[in-house]
Amino acid sequence: MVDTNELLSLDDLHAAGSVRSGRKHVLSVLVENKPGVLTRVSGLFTRRGFNIDTLSVGPTDDERISRITLTLDGASQPIDQVTKQLHKLINVLKIKDLQPSETVARELALFKVSCDPQTRSEIRELAEVFRGKIVDIGKKSIIAEITGERSKIEAFEKLVRPYGLVEMIRTGEVAISRGREET
Amino acid sequence: MRAVDAIMECLKAEGVDVVFGYPGGANLPTYDAFYDAGIHHVLVRHEAGAGHAAEGYAKATGKVGVAFGTSGPGATNLVTPIMDAMMDSVPVVFFTGQVRTELLGTDGFQEADTIGITMPAVKHSFLITDPREIPRTIHEAFHIAGTGRPGPVVVDLPMDLTKADIPYEPVTDVQLPGYQPRTAGNAKQIRQAARALAAARRPVFYTGGGVISAGAHEALRDLVRDGGFPITSTLMGLGAYPAPDPQWLGMLGMHGTRAANYAVDEADLLVAIGCRFDDRVTGKLSEFAPRAKYIHIDVDPAEISKNIPAHIPIVGDAKLILPKLLEEYRTLDADKSRMDAWWQRIHTWQDRHPLTYEPGENGEIKPQQVIQAIYNVTGGEAIISSDVGQHQMWAAQYFHYPEPRRWINSGGLGTMGFGLPAAIGAQMGMPDMLNVVVTGDGSIQMNIQELATIRQEGIPVKVVILNNGYLGMVRQWQELFWNERYSSVDMQTFGGEEAFPDFVKLADAYGIRGLRLTESASLEDDLRAAFEAEGPAFIDVRVTRDEKVYPMIAPGEAARNMVG
Ligand SMILES: Cc1cc2nc3c(=O)[nH]c(=O)nc-3n(C[C@H](O)[C@H](O)[C@H](O)COP(=O)(O)OP(=O)(O)OC[C@H]3O[C@@H](n4cnc5c(N)ncnc54)[C@H](O)[C@@H]3O)c2cc1C
Ligand SMILES: Cc1ncc(C[n+]2csc(CCOP(=O)(O)OP(=O)(O)O)c2C)c(N)n1
Ligand SMILES: [Mg+2]
Repeated sequence: MVDTNELLSLDDLHAAGSVRSGRKHVLSVLVENKPGVLTRVSGLFTRRGFNIDTLSVGPTDDERISRITLTLDGASQPIDQVTKQLHKLINVLKIKDLQPSETVARELALFKVSCDPQTRSEIRELAEVFRGKIVDIGKKSIIAEITGERSKIEAFEKLVRPYGLVEMIRTGEVAISRGREET
Repeated sequence: MRAVDAIMECLKAEGVDVVFGYPGGANLPTYDAFYDAGIHHVLVRHEAGAGHAAEGYAKATGKVGVAFGTSGPGATNLVTPIMDAMMDSVPVVFFTGQVRTELLGTDGFQEADTIGITMPAVKHSFLITDPREIPRTIHEAFHIAGTGRPGPVVVDLPMDLTKADIPYEPVTDVQLPGYQPRTAGNAKQIRQAARALAAARRPVFYTGGGVISAGAHEALRDLVRDGGFPITSTLMGLGAYPAPDPQWLGMLGMHGTRAANYAVDEADLLVAIGCRFDDRVTGKLSEFAPRAKYIHIDVDPAEISKNIPAHIPIVGDAKLILPKLLEEYRTLDADKSRMDAWWQRIHTWQDRHPLTYEPGENGEIKPQQVIQAIYNVTGGEAIISSDVGQHQMWAAQYFHYPEPRRWINSGGLGTMGFGLPAAIGAQMGMPDMLNVVVTGDGSIQMNIQELATIRQEGIPVKVVILNNGYLGMVRQWQELFWNERYSSVDMQTFGGEEAFPDFVKLADAYGIRGLRLTESASLEDDLRAAFEAEGPAFIDVRVTRDEKVYPMIAPGEAARNMVG
């Protein structure tokens, strides 16, 4: 048995916290569905100088509660400070820092690409490879819908850019943890 | 029942006996209820006065302060006290009037987006949308303001809703699923902290405003005395540990004592309790207590490791944690002699670098001397409310605070104009205490209109102006860091015929006794007479104009490079 009275050496103490994880984080934040909550969250980020990569908000199965999904870069900011500050908002109920390996994350993007009769089919084929859908076809442009992880959407963007990307819109990621447990 | 009458019932249920405010169109219904509610409403002369008075009340009593203002300009005038309360963690509930719900968002008369404007400055805020929510919301507001890390809460009341009739039933519970401040402190971490304390040869306690808001001063004193530890505190924590005392090193930080700053610099263990590593304390972060391991006890997890990573973080209420820490520490039976050499070193610093100043020449009064005189006259038995500037630092350095809640000032925001209204609140909360305002010729003019409040309410505060005719603190920085280019700091309040305003006449205009002190020799007697006379006093003390606050850690510098 360890003698608990044994003196500790101060040299053995190590500081914790405020470390940069160096990776991307997906925070799933349950908030009360009340007016102004999103402003409180985004205002907090501006005020504290935290950078959000993407943010999406939506209802949950409980109408009193909404879910905000945030993605942030853990290399440029201390994620523990971010979550602690978020927790201080009275309307924030729960925060989960989702582990990438245990998370299914998806984003939806719409691409409006210029085309002519010849490139139109090329773009359609590309979209098919990405398991996307063509949702609108015009004479001079075509709209593709792609769902997936961020990397997949970015890869598609790279491929269609040379054709002339008129517009692109992305939802930001939503995420849910794998397995039976609630996110 | 009218919703406004329900508001009065809720205030009474919260134990509120005095509030500070100013009426207007949008809060007329509330003021109608005040007419015969049996709650003392102090009519201030500017909403900022109401806010700071509510802060002063809260700081002096530990209870939640309450301020009222109307919509639009009433609410925007409250923004400074709201931010001030946020920075210094002061529990205050601010009630603002708002335009009728149908006018919201239409730029209606005296409409301001109060919730939006105050959002970054509040612990929480509520916009009432249904009059039946009012009672529950008020109790939630008090609960949030007064528990955990205290802070300001705004309740915005659209006028039409306050006029509605609602069924009123007392609310006995609050339901805030997103708000559960942690209080107990992790037992394992507390044990670890005790072991670290027992192992430390050069420990220093660094305590802050959180010890006072926790009411943990007794527990702190027990622990520090039992262990024989040296202790320093921030500006906000003065009085938690009694001064003077053999174990008390004085304040730390920019204008702290050398003994305190050097001790922190050489410490092997820093025990930070209810303090937040503000830059006025740490100076250059990487040079702050560079040899130390950190125990950090704070009720707000976000404060721990915010500026400097802690080695032993303990989240919780200092009042619950400190007795457990003492209990654990006692079981370790640590040998006090391990700190002998450390104490010797500290005593050397104390002997070599006491707080001191050159006495005035030709009967001139030194500002530090005024604070010493106030201390001597009161024997420390007074509540000192301060404004912001050099006088504030001298009041922190030269008055020894024997108890918590005797020192009321604006630290985080550093709001000039805080002192006088804060003293009004402190006096209302602690009617039997002598209340003294230490202010400057600049600061006092920022909320001087509150002299009328003092007169009307018969509040016997003693206002002492350390009149140097300058925005002295700014002047000091211009002298030291801006090549003596004195830009816009001369207030012309000092000197002969030309000096203005004449503070004595000004007091007279308000029907308050005003006097001017210029004689060093009789200073103490003059102050005593002024303090002993009944009622308020407004005392213009002419002090050396170009005195500087020393010692000083220049901004961004390390503690060991203190000057002065
Ligand atoms: C002109 C000027 C000069 C200044 N110079 C100095 C100086 O030389 N030295 C100095 O110290 N300051 C100085 N200040 C003040 C400085 O700006 C900060 O306001 C101050 O240092 C902060 O004090 P604090 O760390 O005690 O924190 P506070 O602002 O008092 O915060 C309290 C802390 O305690 C925590 N807490 C609250 N309740 C509890 C509880 N129940 N249990 C545990 N923790 C709790 C809170 O979460 C918070 O972290 C100066 C200010 C001005 C205007
Ligand atoms: C509202 C506000 N405006 C400006 C400042 C910046 N400031 C800090 S101290 C100071 C001078 C205060 O002068 P005075 O009250 O005469 O005190 P002194 O330093 O001369 O003792 C100023 C202008 C402030 N703290 N608050
Ligand atoms: Mg001055």
